[in-house]
Amino acid sequence: MGPYDFKPRSRDGLGIDWPYTYDDLAPYYDKVEALIGVFGSNEGLENTPNSPPGILLSPPRPRAYELLIKNASAKLQVPVIPSHLAILTQALDAKKVSALLHPNDPRAAGTLTDAMRNRLPCIWATPCGRGCAIRANYQSTTVHLPPALASGNLDIVTDAMVREVIVAPNGKATGVHYIDKKTGQEVQARARVVVLAASGCESARILLNSKSGLFPDGLANSSGKVGRYLMDTVGSDLSGQIPALEGCPAYNEDGVSGMHLYTPWWLYQQQLSGKLDFPRGYHIEIGGGREMPGVGTFEDLDDLTGGGYGKKLKEDARRYYGSFVGFSGRGEMIPNEDSYCEVDPDKKDAWGIPVLRFHFKWSRHEEKQAAHMQKTFAEIIDAMGGKVLGKPQLDGKKAIAPGGSIIHEVGTTSMGADPKQSVLNQYCQAWDVKNLFVTDGGPFVSNADKNPTLTIMANAWRSCEYLLGAMKKGEL
Amino acid sequence: MDDPQRMDRRQAVKWMLAASATVSILQLPTLGGGPARSGYGTDPNLLEVYKPGDFWPLTFSKEQRRSVAALCDVILPADERSPSATGLKVPDFIDEWISAPYPRQQADAKVVLPGLEWLDAEAARRFHAPFADLSEAQKNKICDDLCSVQKAGRGFERAAQFFAKFRELAMGGFYSTPEGMKDIQYLGNVPLAKFDGPPPEVVAYLKLP
Ligand code: SF4
Repeated sequence: MGPYDFKPRSRDGLGIDWPYTYDDLAPYYDKVEALIGVFGSNEGLENTPNSPPGILLSPPRPRAYELLIKNASAKLQVPVIPSHLAILTQALDAKKVSALLHPNDPRAAGTLTDAMRNRLPCIWATPCGRGCAIRANYQSTTVHLPPALASGNLDIVTDAMVREVIVAPNGKATGVHYIDKKTGQEVQARARVVVLAASGCESARILLNSKSGLFPDGLANSSGKVGRYLMDTVGSDLSGQIPALEGCPAYNEDGVSGMHLYTPWWLYQQQLSGKLDFPRGYHIEIGGGREMPGVGTFEDLDDLTGGGYGKKLKEDARRYYGSFVGFSGRGEMIPNEDSYCEVDPDKKDAWGIPVLRFHFKWSRHEEKQAAHMQKTFAEIIDAMGGKVLGKPQLDGKKAIAPGGSIIHEVGTTSMGADPKQSVLNQYCQAWDVKNLFVTDGGPFVSNADKNPTLTIMANAWRSCEYLLGAMKKGEL
Repeated sequence: MDDPQRMDRRQAVKWMLAASATVSILQLPTLGGGPARSGYGTDPNLLEVYKPGDFWPLTFSKEQRRSVAALCDVILPADERSPSATGLKVPDFIDEWISAPYPRQQADAKVVLPGLEWLDAEAARRFHAPFADLSEAQKNKICDDLCSVQKAGRGFERAAQFFAKFRELAMGGFYSTPEGMKDIQYLGNVPLAKFDGPPPEVVAYLKLP
């Protein structure tokens, strides 16, 4: 996220400000990027912060269709720059990074160095979303857990479905109550400090289910804000067919399984001067070309050729394969009072734990943004000399993907400066329960057009540093 | 399972999962998923080894398989560059796909199964025989009326939707086989030491800077 994204209300009067600034989080962004390995470039664009020199890995070469999109977008003054993805395009400098992250702890640095050396650079094949056997992409199972286990200070209990946080009569959390999914047994885990990181919504569910005489409305909920300000990302897609790509010589275009180029939000100044009818931005993710074929690869053929079958269909497949491009807008949602989750009074999961039910409403801010996405994508396809497949949907209500479908749900355990208006303080510590923290996407009070994972990690790192300090001082 | 023409179950499931990868990694069923439990909490047991048939029962009857095979080969016949759809066992792929208990696959089953029934009824109505027994010319006559959603005549709208869905699945199965990939010149899925971007002939063809 960028500086504007932490202070949206101060900037345009909408949404909620974070209790800290971009500068407070910036050092943790740098550390996370160094640890996990992120490729990208520093472009110095507005509200799209650079990383310090030496942090980012070199970005992969753009693909052919990505260069065509870049050229066409340039005509429309839409920037297209290298994407930032957590994939090793080159080996990490394990020693250097470990020393940077653990300057005063040679043992930790050594453990981390060993773990980092087990990660190899990308081999430009295979789908990242299914896990990377050579550990080139970022996953907690290959990046965070191995060094943590090697430290000897971590026990992992799997198949443990947490039902509630247990609280002592003095109001302090003493552990969690969980159900062993393999045996169905009820188990208690004791702790000096409880940190929930079950993901936005699920952490709220645990808190709301942790009812007691002391906390009749759920734990850490004296503000009534647990479950509130649920946000997803605004999404809308459009694809096109590009005649210029027909007949192009074939080549291995796999690259990493993700975009090599993308468009960060670029119309901040137009928004500031009131030229757009929606307040917040979106980034554009692009796809297409000679991707590995599968179901869906030719779903637009009917639209293009008027259908068909037989030998002609096989010829059409040869002709059109590789000539499709797709655009996905991913934009900011402003938190609102109508979007929240609460415990369902009737429904329980397989372990007898009450589930959440959701209430969700896009406002006109998001709907207008989605319509703008459609218009922009159609213009880019047009500038490429291509055909839009289907029709651009200029009615924002219809253009916007249903809430929950971009699976960027954040919020529901909001952080803030005022205990009456938020669940957590700026270190993700519950206002009501000193030794309880929530460090997933739940603390977010804005959901910028940047995807949330990096901010979740940086924010968690900052919280954990505070937590450690407080423990050392004997406050916890 | 004793039909030597049929593909090993494990192979077919793997194929189906691979072919669904391009859509959304997050909608994917988990490999080795096992039968879905009803309601909440359907986590699969990832440590279990499943035998063919343990996943979910297949759907097509013998008659349906004949229609599916016939329609597959009208849509994707053999030519000089690649075999026919049945030559690549695409009917097994479609059976596995529509039998899977996941929402997208179940929605497709609701289009494919009534569509097949309609196809045989239409074949009987026009030519007094099941679709699979028609001559090539007769099969083409029926398919000509279905093969375009945009141009489908009155009364054929739903049948055209079925045809489009069936064609999408048949093509998805066909072009995710090594032979299908070769046909359309998908050259990826091989490890590379480095990724160079488009080669000179592509740069020249597209007049890239
Ligand atoms: S493309 Fe993804 S999964 Fe394949 S090697 Fe590279 S990072 Fe790993």
